[in-house]
Amino acid sequence: MSSKNAKPRVAVFKFASCDGCQLSLIDAEDQLLAISGAIDIAYFPEASRRMAKGPYDIALIEGSITTHHDADVIQQVRRQSKTLISIGACATAGGIQALRNWKDVSEYVRLVYAKPDFISTLKMSTPIAEHVPVDMELRGCPINKEQLVEVISATLAGRKPNLPTYSVCIECKRRSNVCLMVACGTACLGPVTQAGCGGLCPSMGRGCYGCFGPMESSNAPGLAERFRILGVPQADIERSFRTFNAWAWQFRKVSEEVHPQ
Amino acid sequence: MRKKLYRLDRAGLSSLFDVLKQEGYLVYGPTLCDHAIQWLPLSSLDDLPAGWTTSTAPATYRLLRDSAGSLFHYWTGPDSLKKVLHPARACITHAERDNGSFRIWNETPQPVKRAFFGTRACDLAAVTALDRVLLQDRFEDDIYKANRAAAFFVAVHCTSSAPTCFCASTGTGPQARSCFDIALHERSPQEYLAEPGSASGSAALEKLAAPLAPPEWAKELAESCTHAAAAQQRRIDLNTAPVVISLNFDHPRWDHVAKRCLSCGNCTSVCPTCFCVNFEDHTSLDLQQAERLRLWDSCFSQNFTYIHGGSIRLSPKSRYRHWLSHKLARWQEQFGTSGCVGCGRCIAWCPAGIDITEEIAALQTTTHAAAMTGVSNHGN
Repeated sequence: MSSKNAKPRVAVFKFASCDGCQLSLIDAEDQLLAISGAIDIAYFPEASRRMAKGPYDIALIEGSITTHHDADVIQQVRRQSKTLISIGACATAGGIQALRNWKDVSEYVRLVYAKPDFISTLKMSTPIAEHVPVDMELRGCPINKEQLVEVISATLAGRKPNLPTYSVCIECKRRSNVCLMVACGTACLGPVTQAGCGGLCPSMGRGCYGCFGPMESSNAPGLAERFRILGVPQADIERSFRTFNAWAWQFRKVSEEVHPQ
Repeated sequence: MRKKLYRLDRAGLSSLFDVLKQEGYLVYGPTLCDHAIQWLPLSSLDDLPAGWTTSTAPATYRLLRDSAGSLFHYWTGPDSLKKVLHPARACITHAERDNGSFRIWNETPQPVKRAFFGTRACDLAAVTALDRVLLQDRFEDDIYKANRAAAFFVAVHCTSSAPTCFCASTGTGPQARSCFDIALHERSPQEYLAEPGSASGSAALEKLAAPLAPPEWAKELAESCTHAAAAQQRRIDLNTAPVVISLNFDHPRWDHVAKRCLSCGNCTSVCPTCFCVNFEDHTSLDLQQAERLRLWDSCFSQNFTYIHGGSIRLSPKSRYRHWLSHKLARWQEQFGTSGCVGCGRCIAWCPAGIDITEEIAALQTTTHAAAMTGVSNHGN
């Protein structure tokens, strides 16, 4: 923070993304007043016309880097930001748009656009950390607003935020969810996915989709083997790892092993 | 003096439930909920899963219809009494800024009288194990202490075993022998043998004015339990386990299990004796309030061994080895009891189907008998 009593100046930047993660900040309705009282929102085009220049104490970065322009802008943002936090699967893993990393993007451009010459894009969709040093990452598609509030509170208090890196299973068990893999034979990515959502989908009777990406020491090949034993077709196993966090290396690697390119 | 044994019919069993309610107990029991039989508060004995049974195998648990219509023809489910006595999440301390100063106060556990209707022998053994850790060690756990002091156990003997049960080998079942207030034997869905195990259990049964049971029923029960024990397909030799583990720190089996282990922590969560917790401090946005939460933790998480500079057990292999070693060996050194009660939950609820009895057996079979004798003698 610039001075001891000043509120931290916060900026929110967006790259290739759906805006869902930055909306989590606005969606934190109960705490929105407290948040706006505690921080100075200097730059947040989605929420405010005010576009104050840097430097910023905290920059929240949503989206992945997919164009040359993005690649330049993120360097400028990093230079202006004391603490840089990537938020969401796009910013932390490349997002769903990283599925193009396995394909020839110029072919898509030719098929989709009437005048492909106007399109200038990078071959790959990559996470922020591949371009600049990142201080903290908030996982999820979208992020959990409670985790965002926790990061802001922790920053204000000068403490380390509580961001678990263990499995979704731990959260499921704490809320007494019955394991869907064991009791129903449902394929669930919970055992290899990082906690943070509170076991949202399993609480609704659906297997985990892996929105929060690979957990610490995730054993994705071990889970893929269990899916095979449960009778999940190879193509579906590959697809289950190739969603929002497809380009996170643990999921990328297992999806390539299951279905060699 | 011989204990009085009572004969209860289905109405008598309901009267027992009513007596417990009248005495102010919130009565928990096995109930069908979300594809499993779970411990939940009962509104009446009609909430028991009559006519249901379960089928378990590594990584598999299924509900099945049971034509006999029994109230208790199933075994352990996904949860245990741990979730009530040693809750997964509890706020233990609050702090508040107060006019330039601040105050801190601890949450006082509110004792709730709870009766657990249908507790199995293995789960009572787990309560005894938790008592040793949370009440009889250097520190008393306030939350557990309050919950435990207000708990009443109505046990049900197991007269058959699930494929994942191995309580006979751990000496913790299938017949409930201690820690209960009342123990029931379901002779048929209409006929029960009730045995008091404590003064409050006796008092509750006296109120029912139930007829005494024929003495041979006790013998029949013992025979049924012996039969259930003999039918168990899995076992662990707790006497040799500590030696086998200490001789095999570098055994290739640990790599073998690490390939399958997902480090997800399901085994520790479902284990009725795994007691580890972590603490989280939370602060309000206006920095006026703070609270400290206590949450179930797992030795399978990397942060479990985090000390300044990093974690000690970085590999899943070292975490599995730690868990198995603590459960079957170190626990005995630390607390003088076994950490494993043979309930088989870690086998059924491991999404990778890892079987603790298979893992220890794999270490055991490759351990030379002479080496074991040598270590045992050396140990003596």
